[in-house]
Amino acid sequence: MAHEIHTDANDPSNVTNPEHAQHHIVTPLQYTYVFATLLLFTGITVGAAYVDLDWANPVIALGIACFKAVIVILFFMHAAYQSRLIKMTIGSGFFLFIVLITMTLTDYISRAWGMW
Amino acid sequence: MDSALATTDHADVHAEHDHVALPQHRHHFETEEQQREAGSFGMWLFLLTEIMFFGGLFFAYLLYRNWYYPAFAAASNQLSVPLGAFNTVVLISSGFCMAVGVWAAEMRRKSLLVLMLVLTTFFGLIFLGVKYDEYHEKYELHHIPGDSFNISMFTNPAGYGIKEEPLAPDMAQKTQIFFFLYFAMTGMHAVHMIIGIVLLFWLTWRAHRGDFSSGYVAPIENFGLYWHFVDIVWLFLFPLLYLINRHPLH
Repeated sequence: MAHEIHTDANDPSNVTNPEHAQHHIVTPLQYTYVFATLLLFTGITVGAAYVDLDWANPVIALGIACFKAVIVILFFMHAAYQSRLIKMTIGSGFFLFIVLITMTLTDYISRAWGMW
Repeated sequence: MDSALATTDHADVHAEHDHVALPQHRHHFETEEQQREAGSFGMWLFLLTEIMFFGGLFFAYLLYRNWYYPAFAAASNQLSVPLGAFNTVVLISSGFCMAVGVWAAEMRRKSLLVLMLVLTTFFGLIFLGVKYDEYHEKYELHHIPGDSFNISMFTNPAGYGIKEEPLAPDMAQKTQIFFFLYFAMTGMHAVHMIIGIVLLFWLTWRAHRGDFSSGYVAPIENFGLYWHFVDIVWLFLFPLLYLINRHPLH
């Protein structure tokens, strides 16, 4: 009932739906693809741990973990289909997290500069 | 003219009162979309505080791993990769069922929603069962930090049939820091899962009652966000604790 009257054409001054929130329903087929991808990369990350790649081992493991987290956020958590407000909120949260990590690491690395 | 206006006003008020009864459209929101947006926004803000909370633990892990790398590698190698990998698959399956559950609520398919919530709970409980088994093994090996912690497996690995370089006693003591972080991080993760499972029982009961199969999806959707967030924490815990310190097995 309410859906037709809140389209952009009927709401040119953008009052009733300021975020242009469009409700998108992700299908079980898409979820199945995501599920299969997550299982595949779990297998890859376990396999890679048994191969000696020196410094690349943690890089690969964390890279795969980040990739898996991103597809969970985008599809299982529907971030890909949300309004800009929510996308910006998620993005700014991770950005703030990276800022905090970087500043703390900077302190950690520079505190005993030259004394290693 | 006046009476016509009055009638329209009255009709508006009446319409207003009609939708007040809908839980997906409270009277203080202009539209259903706006209410949904506000709900998702609030849930994401909560999840961001959770990222900061777990982020602190991950950061402590990063620094101590850097300081006491030999101890972290030796202690990490005592965790079971097959059990960790199994739990990862179990948790991903749980998340998949939750995602399909959200779809079932959108489609207003009550019995499918209830089934998916039950499966989500089931996989969650399996995860906690495996976790209990892993904790119990650490208890028996005296690998829980504290007075009864035993470093002999790390100072004399050959005596336990473990192919590892023995650690000096002071470095071997630092394995306690690894296990402290292991229990703190997986323990906080497990606490989140237990809270989630309690909420799942409640949501399953409400779904069975039919609360979420007539267009009111927000509680299922927002719980789904929480449950997937807990999944994501584990997606990082598994490689960090179980995998990256592993010297590839000879």
